Amino acid sequence: MKAYLAYLSKRLVQFAVVVFVGINITYLVTHMTPINPVEQSISAATSYGATSPEAIEMMRQSLRQLYGLEGSPWEQYVNFWKRVLVGDFGPSLSAFPTPVSQLILRALPWTVGLLLVSTLLTWFLGNLLGGLAGYYRNSRILRAFGVLSMGLHPIPYYVVAFVFLIIFGFLWPVLPISGGATMASDRSNTLAFALDIVVHSILPVLSLMAVGIGGWFMGMRSLVSNIVTEDYVVYAELAGVKRGKIMRSYVMRNALGPQVTGLALQLGAIFNGAIITEQVFGYPGVGSLLISAVHSGDYSLVLGITTISIVAVSAAVLLIDLLYPLIDPRVEAR
Amino acid sequence: MNTLRILRDLLRYNGEFAIGLVLVLIVAAIALCSFFSPYPPMDVYVVPPDIPPSWEHPLGTTSRGQDVFWQLTFAIRNTLLFGIVVAFLSRIISLAVGLISGYKGGWVDRILMSINDTFVVVPLFPILVLFYFIMRDEMTWAMLAIITALLGWAYDARLIRSIAMSLRTREFTRQAVFSGMSTGKIVLQEHLPFVLPIVFSTTMNNINWSIGIEVTLSVLGFTDINTPTIGGMIYWANQHTALVSGIWWWVTFPVLLVIMLFIGLFLLAISMNEYIDPRSRLSRLGGQA
Repeated sequence: MKAYLAYLSKRLVQFAVVVFVGINITYLVTHMTPINPVEQSISAATSYGATSPEAIEMMRQSLRQLYGLEGSPWEQYVNFWKRVLVGDFGPSLSAFPTPVSQLILRALPWTVGLLLVSTLLTWFLGNLLGGLAGYYRNSRILRAFGVLSMGLHPIPYYVVAFVFLIIFGFLWPVLPISGGATMASDRSNTLAFALDIVVHSILPVLSLMAVGIGGWFMGMRSLVSNIVTEDYVVYAELAGVKRGKIMRSYVMRNALGPQVTGLALQLGAIFNGAIITEQVFGYPGVGSLLISAVHSGDYSLVLGITTISIVAVSAAVLLIDLLYPLIDPRVEAR
Repeated sequence: MNTLRILRDLLRYNGEFAIGLVLVLIVAAIALCSFFSPYPPMDVYVVPPDIPPSWEHPLGTTSRGQDVFWQLTFAIRNTLLFGIVVAFLSRIISLAVGLISGYKGGWVDRILMSINDTFVVVPLFPILVLFYFIMRDEMTWAMLAIITALLGWAYDARLIRSIAMSLRTREFTRQAVFSGMSTGKIVLQEHLPFVLPIVFSTTMNNINWSIGIEVTLSVLGFTDINTPTIGGMIYWANQHTALVSGIWWWVTFPVLLVIMLFIGLFLLAISMNEYIDPRSRLSRLGGQA
């Protein structure tokens, strides 16, 4: 237990460091600019129509604080942190006066759902197939799958998602290519609505899986092909342990550790991919929100999404790290 | 001479290396063609718009009156150059961090690695978007390259560190320390040669990664759209809804070319990795691993 606590505190410190450095980067970025971002944002936001002077003053106030232009440099820095810590990024400029946090909260479930499903499926399938490919080296199907997934692996999300869009949007239109659900759908029928969401998520999830699966596949295959030559596996085989059991308890279990660590390290990149996928398929998540915020010059929303995504990704990494001892008991014993 | 022999061996025994090299050379040749382009890259309406691929315009022309082939040569040149610049800059950082962290150990290692892990974990895309949002028109091609390099060194620094750590315990390092070599000299003269092979293979991956970032950002219009790049071409094609109006050649050829580049560089990276690992090299040569 003591070892686990030591491990836990180490992970927590790392989590704090990630959040601290990440948010400081966003602070630095916003303070490097030679332009006056507050007036620029306000003129951009008010150019669409008349806004009451009080509203503009309120905007200016929260923008000046967010940009940290009020008070001494130290006060600016502290104010920035205060707002970040309570998650108050002021009102959104493009959807005034809706608070930024509310907009993000509305979009977050879509992104989290998409990410959770695609990441878990990709990770599970990639490792399973990779493990099988490492164990049964002569299987033709697994080899063909390896070549295919390796070919897709180096291509960035955007290009793959775009190719999917071309194929399923223009050449063979069988799946909905845009949106999270049908626009004017009847949400009272829960089952039909859920099905609708699933159908709409097929293309985004597939495109994320197509790119992601190769990495896990290759990693697991090389891990397993190293493990199968270990003495204890040979011994188990000679002792007549069933192949399925060797595969599950002797080989896969030992290879899983590095792959879980890998998952934690890849989360940031997976999140980047999800942002782009959302944009391509018009999925109503955080990614689409971020991109539309940039186009409408909504500073508080961009800053809010950046900081929240840093915190969310590092929290997810922390969660994986905390679960790690379940897979590799040596962490606890050390 | 030695390098040539390695190259020959790789070509003879490693099919992936050969395919990768051919793909990258084709892409590089297309990039070189840009120096012979009859049209300046940013001029529009120099040829009749929307012509499908033909003898006169092998890859067709765009709705902006540009020849797709010649436009592509400029685009791939800039995109490739971007990847190389980012990879070069970020290699310097990751070598410095990895070698020092691995050699020094202790608290230097701990501090450097927790910064390192931060950069591995943090989602870079929103940060890059924030950069663009603040910089707007100041976000030039060179600026983006520097920022991407500053964000993209961490993964490889960890790899280099793990090699440097094992080098530290070797005899020759101890001998160098006893004969009074300074830290900088040991790291540069004694350890650097050992990590160079792995640096070469990570360079390929890093070029891929940074080109992916560049393509993605410029497709969304979040870069300097006045420098022709692959992402920029797709951006303009999307702006003119090229796919809906059936100008497929405007989108298809840049996408195909950049996929060729990605797969080529990736194959080079994995075949070099395999070459570095003596066990897999032996099994390829027909020996027993």
